[in-house]
Amino acid sequence: MNILVCVKQVPDTTEIRIDPVKKTLIRDGVPSILNTFDAFALEQALQLKDKNPANVKIVVASMGPKQAETMLRDCLAVGANSAYLITDRKFGGSDTYATSYILSKAMKKIEEEEGSFDMIFCGKQAIDGDTAQVGPELAEHLGLHQITYAINITLNEDNTTALITREVDEGKIVVEARIPVLVTFTKTDDLRFASIMNKMKSKKAEIKEINYEDLEGIDDTKIGLKGSPTRVVKSFTPDVKTDGIIIREDDPNEAFEKFAEELEKAKLY
Amino acid sequence: MFENKNFWVYIETKEDGSAKNGGLELLGQAREMVDQVDEEVIALIIGNNVDKAVEQVKKYGATSAIAVTGDVYSEYNTDVYANAVVENVKEYQPNVILISATSLGRDLGPRVAGRLATGLTADCTSLGFEVDKKEVQWTRPAFGGNLMATIICADHRPQMGTVRPGVFERKEYEISPNFEVITKDIDFPQEKILSRIVEVIVDEDADNVDLEGAEIIVSGGRGLGKPENFKLIEELAEVLGGTVGSSRAAVDAGWISHAHQVGQTGKTVGPKLYIACGISGQIQHLAGMSGSDVIIAINKDENAPIFTVADYGIVGDLFTVVPKLTERIKKKKNL
Repeated sequence: MNILVCVKQVPDTTEIRIDPVKKTLIRDGVPSILNTFDAFALEQALQLKDKNPANVKIVVASMGPKQAETMLRDCLAVGANSAYLITDRKFGGSDTYATSYILSKAMKKIEEEEGSFDMIFCGKQAIDGDTAQVGPELAEHLGLHQITYAINITLNEDNTTALITREVDEGKIVVEARIPVLVTFTKTDDLRFASIMNKMKSKKAEIKEINYEDLEGIDDTKIGLKGSPTRVVKSFTPDVKTDGIIIREDDPNEAFEKFAEELEKAKLY
Repeated sequence: MFENKNFWVYIETKEDGSAKNGGLELLGQAREMVDQVDEEVIALIIGNNVDKAVEQVKKYGATSAIAVTGDVYSEYNTDVYANAVVENVKEYQPNVILISATSLGRDLGPRVAGRLATGLTADCTSLGFEVDKKEVQWTRPAFGGNLMATIICADHRPQMGTVRPGVFERKEYEISPNFEVITKDIDFPQEKILSRIVEVIVDEDADNVDLEGAEIIVSGGRGLGKPENFKLIEELAEVLGGTVGSSRAAVDAGWISHAHQVGQTGKTVGPKLYIACGISGQIQHLAGMSGSDVIIAINKDENAPIFTVADYGIVGDLFTVVPKLTERIKKKKNL
């Protein structure tokens, strides 16, 4: 069982603040992390490996700048077997369509080295873009079927099908899916930590790099900013209200009375 | 200039064959844009039982409908449904496809966009329209709601987007005199269906909790401390005739089901009154409720970001304030 896990390095969006005057994102000091949902996808792959260490191989791949190596090393430290960084200036500015196209080409390249993949795992979405489109679009480029919003996966005995639990608006759905398949994961179990030993080892591990030149037959009209069907024309921060009536009193009774008075004045109940 | 014309709205149906609200909301929004260029709003309905939905789309702004029916559509399967959408797009060449950003819509949308090699904008919260180019301006939150981005798809057709349910209101229109339903029978070979549903575990709350349609919502968050304390929220909601909501923190802690969650990964709501109790107001939560007409915040931390969007707020202990408020309202309403 050969599993590819697609991962992305993202700014920790829970740490991002807005500059109230300039109305811009304050990105300074915001840590870069492994996208939360990708971490869950990796964890699910690792659990399959726990059950059958000799027969499960996990390869992680990320498209991004050189700095993403750090995150790939973290993936190796928790148990991935090998890691690939797909990086090139030509890939910059890609939207989900172009990104998934590049990933599909890179995956074919990785397969030359690692053998063909039985399953591809992705996070359901990245916490910076929140599109949830790269997984399904990658599946489309590869001609694989997709199972999205998974929270759990188990394999049948001969590894030809998987039972996957999906979490959707209506509740949970269990599907039986033929392998090969691309699965995107939402929040699943708790994540594991790397041992100090493995962390040290991962620091020296090789991160294989894939560049534009490595991707034979790649269509230039489908990559980067120019190859992206969508384009951002404007970005802005959402408005904040400044004229709210906020009651702050030391005495809780007094505070409540004032509060209730305001609500009644506004005829809110 | 593209030849493509008309706005399509993908209509997702429920178990009983009726349309989900998200799609109906988009019909009205599409109608507003389409009326400026004198084109049509076409509802695309796929399922093995679509009659109810057809009646509904007629009422809510569709000028015609395409219905794809057959046994193969009795359960949702990405490949089967994507194929049906793509076949129709190839035949009729629409200019725009709007899809409600439900879990199904966000599974189907990218698959279709990928196959058509066109642009798709995810989870939009507002739409603009440039009449000359017949180009949609898709606005959506990114960075967990910290930033809004407006996106266009200039050189590819159809232009596609998923739109968050609840951001537009359903609107009734006079039934179009030329309304017609084109019924399509598009088959999909059984052997190419690679996954099957083996079990459905319905979240009872998912059907019963209607946050998007609620006029009053009372929400509880981490400040409640434990699941039993949601009783305070329920009591306040009850005297107001409101619906119970929650922050993600309370859902993640397992205190209340996901169906109640308001915010980036939950529901987007727009009630007349939203009361946030013990919710700090992370940007992800604000993204889902800041469109409420009036917001009341109850929180003991005076620096909680929830106060930055609140019209009325009290810095105080919710365990004192909420029961008192419930009592006060009861008295006022003679309950």
